[in-house]
Amino acid sequence: MSHLKDDSGAKLGMWLFLFTELLLFGGLFLLYSAYLSRYPHDFSSAGRQLNVVFGTINTVVLLTSSLFVAMAVTAVQRGEPRRTLWLLGGTILCAAIFMAIKYVEWSTKILHGIYPNSPHLAAGPPGESVFFSLYFMTTGIHGLHVLIGATLLAWVGAKVKRGAVHSGDYILLENGALYWHLVDLIWIFIFPLYYLIL
Amino acid sequence: MTSDTSAHHIVGYGKLAQVWLALLALTALTVLITRVELGGYKVLGALTIACLKSGLVIAFFMHMKYEGRLLRWLLFVALVTLAIFIGFTFFDVLYR
Repeated sequence: MSHLKDDSGAKLGMWLFLFTELLLFGGLFLLYSAYLSRYPHDFSSAGRQLNVVFGTINTVVLLTSSLFVAMAVTAVQRGEPRRTLWLLGGTILCAAIFMAIKYVEWSTKILHGIYPNSPHLAAGPPGESVFFSLYFMTTGIHGLHVLIGATLLAWVGAKVKRGAVHSGDYILLENGALYWHLVDLIWIFIFPLYYLIL
Repeated sequence: MTSDTSAHHIVGYGKLAQVWLALLALTALTVLITRVELGGYKVLGALTIACLKSGLVIAFFMHMKYEGRLLRWLLFVALVTLAIFIGFTFFDVLYR
């Protein structure tokens, strides 16, 4: 067995994986739009119950986290490990803020009896129930990606600190950053579809 | 833009910050246009802006602008697949 490293192969693999993720969320967006065309009024009244302020803050938080992680890649390429670590820390902090806001949003909804298969939704119009099921499923899977991405970046950060990821070998950070940007990309579509257009 | 040097392309902090500012401006714009009543144009406008934003993220943050032909073609194929997937479903949903 040779230990030849193939960074462009590793990056290609990461992109192929990201395409499968794109199709996964694409399927969820497709379900959303098909049901939107079936229940336009119910979707409208349900969508207006979401908090646009929280949605907008979370959009800014994720865009900023994407900037930090892109800068972290630049920093590692330029051989600035301390700056790389600070930027990764900033990304993870943004992930924590995002999840905290998501927690407040979800718990407020659940307190008001809005959760999949709740008696409140079962008694209401069918389209609202479908909307909130899709909302919890899509933002739930997205939130899971935020948690996984932040863990991945923390792990890469530990490697930067030990000197295992450096200006000569940074494919792990590059791929971790690509995964993080995907999380941001998905939110770029969740935000208008769920919070704005209804 | 050749595939050999692309792996080592470094995007400066200034350029990344500019892209971030553009993304924030587009976010503000999308919130503003969806607060006024534009009917169907609201959806079209919001989705166009979302596509622009993802284009910026993919091109600069994800370095796609500096990647070789292989990755760019693969991205194209993935997006076309997604478009077919969504487009054909809508032929069914809208004209049933």
